[in-house]
Amino acid sequence: MGVKVKCELLKKEMLVDGIYKFSVKAPEIAKNAKPGQFLEIKVSETGEPFLRRPISIFNIDGETIEFIFQVKGRGTELLSKIEEGKQIDIIGPLGFGTYKVQEYKNVAIIGGGIGIYPLYELTKELKGKANLNVYLGFRDKSLVTCEKDFEAIGLNKLVVTTDDGSYKEKGFAIDFMKKDIEEHMVDMIFACGPLPMLKAVRAYAIENNIPCQISLEERMGCGIGACLGCAVKVISGKEPRYGHVCKEGPVFNAKDVEI
Amino acid sequence: MNTEVNLCGIKMKNPVTVASGTFGYGREYSEFIDLNKLGAIITKGTSLKLRPGNPAPRICEVPGGMLNSIGLQNPGVEYFAEFDLPWLRKFDTKIIVNACGSTIEEYVDLCRILNKLDIDGVELNLSCPNVKAGCLAFGTTYQGVKEVTSQVRKVLTDKPLIVKLTPNVTDITEPAKGAEDAGADGVSGINTLLGMKIDIDKRRPVLANNTGGFSGPGVKSVGVRMVYQMSKAVKIPILGMGGITCGEDAIEYMLAGATAVSIGSGNFADPEVSIKTIDGIEKYMKKHNIEDISSIIGTVQMN
Ligand SMILES: Cc1cc2nc3c(=O)[nH]c(=O)nc-3n(C[C@H](O)[C@H](O)[C@H](O)COP(=O)(O)OP(=O)(O)OC[C@H]3O[C@@H](n4cnc5c(N)ncnc54)[C@H](O)[C@@H]3O)c2cc1C
Ligand SMILES: Cc1cc2nc3c(=O)[nH]c(=O)nc-3n(C[C@H](O)[C@H](O)[C@H](O)COP(=O)(O)O)c2cc1C
Ligand code: FES
Repeated sequence: MGVKVKCELLKKEMLVDGIYKFSVKAPEIAKNAKPGQFLEIKVSETGEPFLRRPISIFNIDGETIEFIFQVKGRGTELLSKIEEGKQIDIIGPLGFGTYKVQEYKNVAIIGGGIGIYPLYELTKELKGKANLNVYLGFRDKSLVTCEKDFEAIGLNKLVVTTDDGSYKEKGFAIDFMKKDIEEHMVDMIFACGPLPMLKAVRAYAIENNIPCQISLEERMGCGIGACLGCAVKVISGKEPRYGHVCKEGPVFNAKDVEI
Repeated sequence: MNTEVNLCGIKMKNPVTVASGTFGYGREYSEFIDLNKLGAIITKGTSLKLRPGNPAPRICEVPGGMLNSIGLQNPGVEYFAEFDLPWLRKFDTKIIVNACGSTIEEYVDLCRILNKLDIDGVELNLSCPNVKAGCLAFGTTYQGVKEVTSQVRKVLTDKPLIVKLTPNVTDITEPAKGAEDAGADGVSGINTLLGMKIDIDKRRPVLANNTGGFSGPGVKSVGVRMVYQMSKAVKIPILGMGGITCGEDAIEYMLAGATAVSIGSGNFADPEVSIKTIDGIEKYMKKHNIEDISSIIGTVQMN
């Protein structure tokens, strides 16, 4: 379960226009964090905007936690303005549904846009436990980030795609993944990204009977399972019911949820 | 210094409670704060049978707070009694169950069960804006509130009964009087203000339910005004809420006439807000040499 801590912003880096990487000192969070978990970050001391912002953990490095976010609206804009050396109020690590790190044979790890970030810690932790094939999709060249980080882990294969072909492969990451899987079966797919991508990956995995873990996003109030705001339809039981992304997720077995 | 208050027979060590629906059944926040320090815990809205709740998105942020349309998702009273109540009872705090239903019969059947449980009181939710049947249908008029409350009162003989009212009315003193005349021991409010937010790119409301209840700092002045009006209209004690995030806010409600207060959405922004509010109240008491917190209830002097 998460703790609430004030973390010093050790390093702030703009990776590409509008996307920031923050390294914060957070031993209490780093100690227990698992791949797929997220943070609830207070972006303002004035109470406006009111809610915290959920952001995934990108990297756990000793006592340091790194996260990467894209400026979307007011909250992430304010977050991006915080200066190095300042304290940030963070609750984490959150979410009991994490990516399962264990021995696999051959895995596909697929991410789209800002959805690639939680996959980095996962890929790192799977190193030596599985043959790693990573597929990262971006809209265009201006949004490509973290390619080098993934490369440095030492992968069997890394495919980077852009929708418009402005960088590396042209097309959707999922199509490259499918082609590879047809040649060489995987025993797990890990996915995170925009909803259309997740839907396509989920449908493909179910159709081909491949186990698949996906990370979901939903609008959050509390981030810890108390407000029941972040509902997702869970279909693993006898009857469908609403589960909660912040508590049971954010990572789910693809076949257990309706998206 | 005495921070104790007596909310219609519920003796609380301080006036601070956590508002229904924002604190679950306490388990999650117990990882962040010491529940023993709270005056009382008000549970998630609980119904006779399990309620699945509304589809997502259920939450969106707005200036001054947020909208929610959870739709009273809860596991039902039997599950609560078996799994959550025994756990909650380990703490030295009062337990008040927020009770909701769709029909008068449901409210009555539920309260018959609650009457036998080891709880300190019932907050009858006649004010949820997010479910189609019940709640609002009864909660907006003198007659409606009086009718449900008196039926419930007949079976809820052993527990204090607080009726939670909606601000979505022209004159909140009418339903408040309905509760009092039907034998309620107290009233509480405000519940959320019905709102809507539109995604202008999609030209659709953000919430799946289209509308949702507005809560947070932005509703505080409405809540304070309504608590004041109720305190002038009824003699039974008031549990005040809406937008409280610090000791000063709580004091404002108490001056307006609240015997105790609830903190809702504020928990989301800061899980420690309830404890900080208790500390803030004590600070205010020291600053103004107040020996007994109850002595300030309803003492606002109008201009
Ligand atoms: C579990 C989880 C992990 C995430 N990880 C990352 C990450 O690693 N990097 C990253 O850039 N983004 C991530 N996001 C998305 C990020 O939370 C939103 O982009 C951010 O909240 C937008 O805030 P804003 O104030 O800039 O935008 P606004 O649109 O002004 O936000 C308004 C409200 O809507 C909520 N909201 C808006 N978009 C989203 C969204 N996609 N998901 C959930 N709530 C949203 C905000 O939190 C806020 O409450 C994640 C979301 C979730 C749920
Ligand atoms: C997510 C959420 C869920 C709520 N659920 C309930 C509920 O089940 N029953 C109820 O009587 N009020 C419910 N409320 C209303 C609160 O108890 C409270 O009356 C309201 O939010 C105003 O207080 P606040 O501004 O401090 O949040 C809910 C509010 C929120 C934000
Ligand atoms: S955000 Fe409150 S339950 Fe998930």
